[in-house]
Amino acid sequence: MALRNIMGKRVGIGLMGSRALSTATCDVESGSAKSINLYSAINQALHVALETDPRAFVFGEDVSFGGVFRCTTGLADRFGKARVFNTPLCEQGIVGFGIGLAAMGNRAIAEIQFADYIYPAFDQIVNEAAKFRYRSGNQFNCGGLTIRAPYGAVGHGGHYHSQSPEAFFCHVPGIKVVIPRSPRQAKGLLLSCIRDPNPVVFFEPKWLYRLAVEEVPEHDYMLPLSEAEVIRQGSDITLVGWGAQLSIMEQACIEAEKDGISCELIDLKTLIPWDKETVEASVRKTGRVLISHEAPVTGGFGAEISASIVECCFLRLEAPVARVCGLDTPFPLVFEPFYMPTKNKILDAIKATVNY
Amino acid sequence: MALSYLRSSSSRSANLLKPLSSGLSLRSPISTDTTPITVETSVPFTSHRCDAPSRSVETNPKELLTFFRDMALMRRMEIAADSLYKAKLIRGFCHLYDGQEAFAVGMEAAITKKDCIITAYRDHCTFMGRGGTLLEVFAELMGRQAGCSKGKGGSMHFYKKDSNFYGGHGIVGAQVPLGCGLAFAQKYSKDETVTFAMYGDGAANQGQLFEALNISALWDLPAILVCENNHYGMGTAEWRAAKSPAYYKRGDYVPGLKVDGMDALAVKQACKFAKEHALKSGPIILEMDTYRYHGHSMSDPGSTYRTRDEISGVRQERDPIERIRKLILSHDLASEKELKDIEKEVRKEVDDAITRAKESPMPEPSKLFTNVYAKGLGVESFGADRKEVRATLP
Repeated sequence: MALRNIMGKRVGIGLMGSRALSTATCDVESGSAKSINLYSAINQALHVALETDPRAFVFGEDVSFGGVFRCTTGLADRFGKARVFNTPLCEQGIVGFGIGLAAMGNRAIAEIQFADYIYPAFDQIVNEAAKFRYRSGNQFNCGGLTIRAPYGAVGHGGHYHSQSPEAFFCHVPGIKVVIPRSPRQAKGLLLSCIRDPNPVVFFEPKWLYRLAVEEVPEHDYMLPLSEAEVIRQGSDITLVGWGAQLSIMEQACIEAEKDGISCELIDLKTLIPWDKETVEASVRKTGRVLISHEAPVTGGFGAEISASIVECCFLRLEAPVARVCGLDTPFPLVFEPFYMPTKNKILDAIKATVNY
Repeated sequence: MALSYLRSSSSRSANLLKPLSSGLSLRSPISTDTTPITVETSVPFTSHRCDAPSRSVETNPKELLTFFRDMALMRRMEIAADSLYKAKLIRGFCHLYDGQEAFAVGMEAAITKKDCIITAYRDHCTFMGRGGTLLEVFAELMGRQAGCSKGKGGSMHFYKKDSNFYGGHGIVGAQVPLGCGLAFAQKYSKDETVTFAMYGDGAANQGQLFEALNISALWDLPAILVCENNHYGMGTAEWRAAKSPAYYKRGDYVPGLKVDGMDALAVKQACKFAKEHALKSGPIILEMDTYRYHGHSMSDPGSTYRTRDEISGVRQERDPIERIRKLILSHDLASEKELKDIEKEVRKEVDDAITRAKESPMPEPSKLFTNVYAKGLGVESFGADRKEVRATLP
């Protein structure tokens, strides 16, 4: 793992970039913690962000009364309508507006109500946000922009309330894509994203908004971006994932353990720029890798991880890289259980890979 | 009175003088009388860059009773859908139209099934207006094979090709440029038909709407853009989302008409006017001042951003079904009992349809892969692990 000096600068990892406001890096473990769910953790992070930076703004559709998932509860009352406000229904306008706000040195925290609706804003994100610093020769930037969107399956979301569009954004140099797996991670990662000097797209797993409950420190803390975390140690196969899918993968790991297969599970956390080193180190240990995500398999981010691993670890690999992902169909309605990369599909793939 | 030979105007109770012509059917008789009646709309039309049509609408007993029946059916259907959703038989998202029925029936009365309609996700009643059946509605809501989209679409994606109903769209505002494309095709084929592209007050702030308006006006397309203004874009009131909530004026160079969307006759008059206008001079915007009793969807209680008094106030003052009921009663076209019988009948129809819909099976698992691409393309879709499950997309 990379060393970090007091200022939070990553040492020895070239392009990762330094983090802004890194003096606020508190020890995650100190202070009191309370058991809360994901939307409350995100809510706390937003409260902290607005409290600590007077030029931070939260806006989006219906955020004023608390938002459809209650992530923005209490913000309008506490910080006023000039800093927390509703926008009309216009994603392209929301993100474009956010870019402008950020370009003036503010922290613009834009909410897209469901990741499925982010596409009208795709042009703004890809062509404006990602390239602003680059094409202005560093005169301008919109680093203060953070776009939050709930993503992922929820059991009955259908075509337009379940999509995982992270792969589209991973293809764009100039922005970061971050996905938390749990409440504690979410609060720390979101604060890091907001304070990061680059535009970030932060996908929140909506399935976990109420379901995931964890001890979350009450103080202001940040978790590092572009650092993957090994959340389960193992020696036979490396599993890589992010967001809600990790809990499914963990169940598969536990089942595989009963068959004597020791699985190492890695949470990527930041998809771009991703922590190749941690994954590589793990694959060198185990010789096998399996990637799982809800998005369709073809062209999903698993493909990028797979290609990179093969590039660096070809001779070490004992089996082809396995990908257990969504099917190559639109996200279905009643067929959701067939579409999803379930625990059993992952388990099958683990066994197939180990017995290759 | 012209109608006195059909009904005994003096006796509201047992129909002692029931006419022979309608006495034989087992259902409540819908009058086949087409004697014209003239009714004034609730409010005059407000126009933008055009001459408003007259407030006097021509109708007849048959039409009024049909309106009543159709709206009662739609109302009952939506309420039944509410119960089914709460019983978890309908899953996913369900956006109910009750309160807005007058638009669906009024529009249909002014156009033909050759005209195209395209709308957003609050489409159950629009689908019914286009000739959809209750079975298709409930089966689709429950994700069954008998549904209009074969169970693969759900609440937001109802379509009916044979009556040119282009659905049923989840992404807000996306259907409007699509509607303009339909209109272009209609103009090109010179078949004297128009397209009604419906959207809500929330969607009125989408950029693509203005792109669509510009295109339709530039090329004189027979497109009628209908803003069903129910005053709330999910949880956001119109005055907090739009600088100018006069949606009928937002077309700027495109003429517009503001209509009381709870008055089915006003809607009919406006749509008739709009169709004539669109065929002659290009696009027009209709703003329907309407209201939804339910929240945005079944996940929204609908009371966090508006008061219960407001909802019940509208229900008392402007309910579309009550308006037609009063009209029918005041013109003596049917008795109160007959209208109640119609409502009972409608309730039974809905219950029967639900029972039949429940019997319809879920789609076959193999259907997960169908219709991704055009048939026979032979594209392979991989299963989860790319080794075992491979299906050639049919």
